[in-house]
Amino acid sequence: MSAISYADKIPNNVNLSEDRALQRALEHWQPNYLAWWREMGPDGALDFDVYLRTAVSADPGGWAHFDYVKMPDYRWGIFLAPQETGRQVNFGAHKGAPAWQDVPGEHRANLRRIIVTQGDTEPASVEQQRHLGRTAPSLYDLRNLFQVNVEEGRHLWAMVYLLHRYFGRDGREEAEALLERRSGDVDNPRILGAFNERTPDWLAFFMFTYFTDRDGKFQLNALAESGFDPLARTTRFMLTEEAHHMFVGESGVARTIQRTCEVMREIGSDAPDKVRAAGAIDLPTLQRYLNFHYSVTIDLFGADQSSNAATFYTAGLKGRFEETKRGDDHVLQGAAYTIMEPRDGAIATREVPLLNALNEVLRDDFIKDSVGGIERWNKVIARHGLQHRLIVPHKAFNRRIGTFSGMHVSPEGEVLSQAQWQAREPQWLPSREDRAFVASLMGRVVEPGKFAGWIAPPPTGINRQPIDFEYVRFG
Amino acid sequence: MNGPLPPELLEQHLIDPEICIRCNTCEETCPVDAITHDSRNYVVDASICNACMACISPCPTGAIDNWRVVARADPYPVDAQLGWDVLPPAAAARAASDHGVPEDVRRLTDEAHAALRNAVRPRSAGTPSVNLYTPSRPAIATVTGNFRLTAEDAESDVRHIVLDFGTHAFPVLEGQSIGIVAPGTDASGRPHHVRLYSIASPRDGERPGYNNCSLTVKRVTLDHDGAPVLGVCSNYLCDLRKGDRVNVIGPYGESFLMPDDPAAHLLMVCTGTGSAPMRAMTERRRRGRGTSGEGRLVLFFGARRPGELPYFGPLQKLPSDFIDVNLAFSRVADRPRRYVQDLIAQRGAEVGELLADPRTHVYVCGLKGMEAGVLDAFRAACAARGTDWDALVPVLRDEGRLHIETY
Repeated sequence: MSAISYADKIPNNVNLSEDRALQRALEHWQPNYLAWWREMGPDGALDFDVYLRTAVSADPGGWAHFDYVKMPDYRWGIFLAPQETGRQVNFGAHKGAPAWQDVPGEHRANLRRIIVTQGDTEPASVEQQRHLGRTAPSLYDLRNLFQVNVEEGRHLWAMVYLLHRYFGRDGREEAEALLERRSGDVDNPRILGAFNERTPDWLAFFMFTYFTDRDGKFQLNALAESGFDPLARTTRFMLTEEAHHMFVGESGVARTIQRTCEVMREIGSDAPDKVRAAGAIDLPTLQRYLNFHYSVTIDLFGADQSSNAATFYTAGLKGRFEETKRGDDHVLQGAAYTIMEPRDGAIATREVPLLNALNEVLRDDFIKDSVGGIERWNKVIARHGLQHRLIVPHKAFNRRIGTFSGMHVSPEGEVLSQAQWQAREPQWLPSREDRAFVASLMGRVVEPGKFAGWIAPPPTGINRQPIDFEYVRFG
Repeated sequence: MNGPLPPELLEQHLIDPEICIRCNTCEETCPVDAITHDSRNYVVDASICNACMACISPCPTGAIDNWRVVARADPYPVDAQLGWDVLPPAAAARAASDHGVPEDVRRLTDEAHAALRNAVRPRSAGTPSVNLYTPSRPAIATVTGNFRLTAEDAESDVRHIVLDFGTHAFPVLEGQSIGIVAPGTDASGRPHHVRLYSIASPRDGERPGYNNCSLTVKRVTLDHDGAPVLGVCSNYLCDLRKGDRVNVIGPYGESFLMPDDPAAHLLMVCTGTGSAPMRAMTERRRRGRGTSGEGRLVLFFGARRPGELPYFGPLQKLPSDFIDVNLAFSRVADRPRRYVQDLIAQRGAEVGELLADPRTHVYVCGLKGMEAGVLDAFRAACAARGTDWDALVPVLRDEGRLHIETY
């Protein structure tokens, strides 16, 4: 495979210098990207030296290179996983054909839409998280936030490369628009709902990276199966970076729970007001945050039944999670899938054509994966000898998209009237008071090895460094 | 790990299920498909993994970077790993498959540690290998030396025995023991009991760089009550000749270990063959001399007479700026009986100061009879400077800075 070219203005392993038109287009986009980063990237952090991981090559040995770097100098670039010789389209109507190295004309619009939708989430999350650096609970966490941010930035690059390289003028316009939309902007919002929500505090950040970046994992996995080979190779490399984001989320919540349990044992009480008075986040509040981020995230998978999803699959553009590890015919004509839907004021199940239910299939795979981590969080609680357990809300709880969107359902799956929902909603979703309380704990801790009182230190440092390593040096 | 492992052992690659987030990056990265998962854990198949390290840097959590030395023939199987909630402790490299730590070893260890239960190893100690060889699968060592340490006219016969492990890997740390089972059977036709012996040489061998170790063995001719008895194992060992082959099991011991931190002080109190671990630790420090930040070595060593004090000669040759040696003799003609606790009391101010120093690690090894007196002397030394020894004990224990092994 080709090594990453650092001689070029834009580090890449795609022989960018051999395609002068593309190189010029990207070099034109690059200053706009940097301008966007300066405006919408981490607030007030442009001059920090951050101990970051930067890819120096896309093979396993080289892509995790650690050193101090100022974020605007981060080597954002274009890295594709090595090409597999003889790779085929592995599903849909074109199954068995050689994988496409160029965009098939008839799928151009759909592919562009898939890439733009994925690409839009990347700068969106940087925007959502831009103020968090002001309240980081430790240098270790601050560094992890910035690592997440620069990698989201690189994922934007990855999508923009595809748009520029394969979609001509349309692609270039879409690439510009990716820098123009703003998370939460009334007039020009990001495309997907969850990416217009605020990430106001670190608990929200951890929940976001656990749940919402996991949506990213599943979407990227589905795209990594694509018959359009450059998309598959790009997303495959992105997945290795995405894993770090989920690590930040899972370990961040686990450490929060750990600290809460320690406090509960110290004060000998699980009463939320006492836990809060002792400076930790009570488990019911954690559960409400979980409920919120979980339900908002599973909306991201789209409608329960979707003819678009069927089209994307049959066309070979977007597969299922672990498509090639599944034992069926990978065409799915005539296959069925059981989905849940409202019927006569209750939740019932129904068999529908599997092809139309592929959003639901991906959502269910996501749910299974999410549950595993929640069980691991519960083990943290159990290790402290405490009885409390976090639960996974019902799939129909607090939905805005899909057949449940008009329905009120409790986390346990009980169908409620509007009045019942309103009366009990504060038990299930973070209230203004909850958010105010969590916000009140957010104070910046910058002494190496020290952690805010609401979160436990991690078990190990980054890249075998000690926990009290100076992960961020302030300019 | 230091240096390559011999063929019998394997540094098995494992994934920490407590830290792993099941992101699949390792499985995706592994070029030989050694990594698999179920709904619970990601695991490495030792029969496939070739330690190419391709998975190490892509892992976002560090969970991937875990290794345990195991017998190559008996790695943790995939099925067992899938059931784990936590990794097996690094300190307790595990028991080989069919044989846990032998019951004898457990009992002897419990007895030896009766004065201080639940001791933990020093924070900067190396990771010990434990129970690599079992009675059914012992290491075969060859005797390369057997010297009498006590004077020819002394009552006790204490020997310095050097065992060479040839091609068997037998990684030990100072403070660990090995097990010997004398060949043959007892009067009832059962195999003899295991006997444990502290190694007297440092980790890099009796002779540096050689795959050997030494033991300090006293020929047992009397039982605890003074009645004549011939200790089966000690007599077997003391009678060994150069070239004889010995079945060795172990190593054992996970807490009585020395700190690797060169700034740590070692306060060592021993009698008789309890000097073996002190010799190992002292020799380790001596070989590493000249490295910066050397902590102090202070030794209180008791015997009946100079001629019965193992390593009396070599000890005399160690410079006083390297080790502070205090010898107590209890049966020298025309001299009052002096025990180690008397010398500790005599130097109470310095001992009290040492005990209060957070860098100090305390080791007590020898006959049970010395224990109470030594601890009383520590208590008094502490009290003199207003420190409560009994309150200090749990702190020292939990920080891996107090170790008592008596028999």
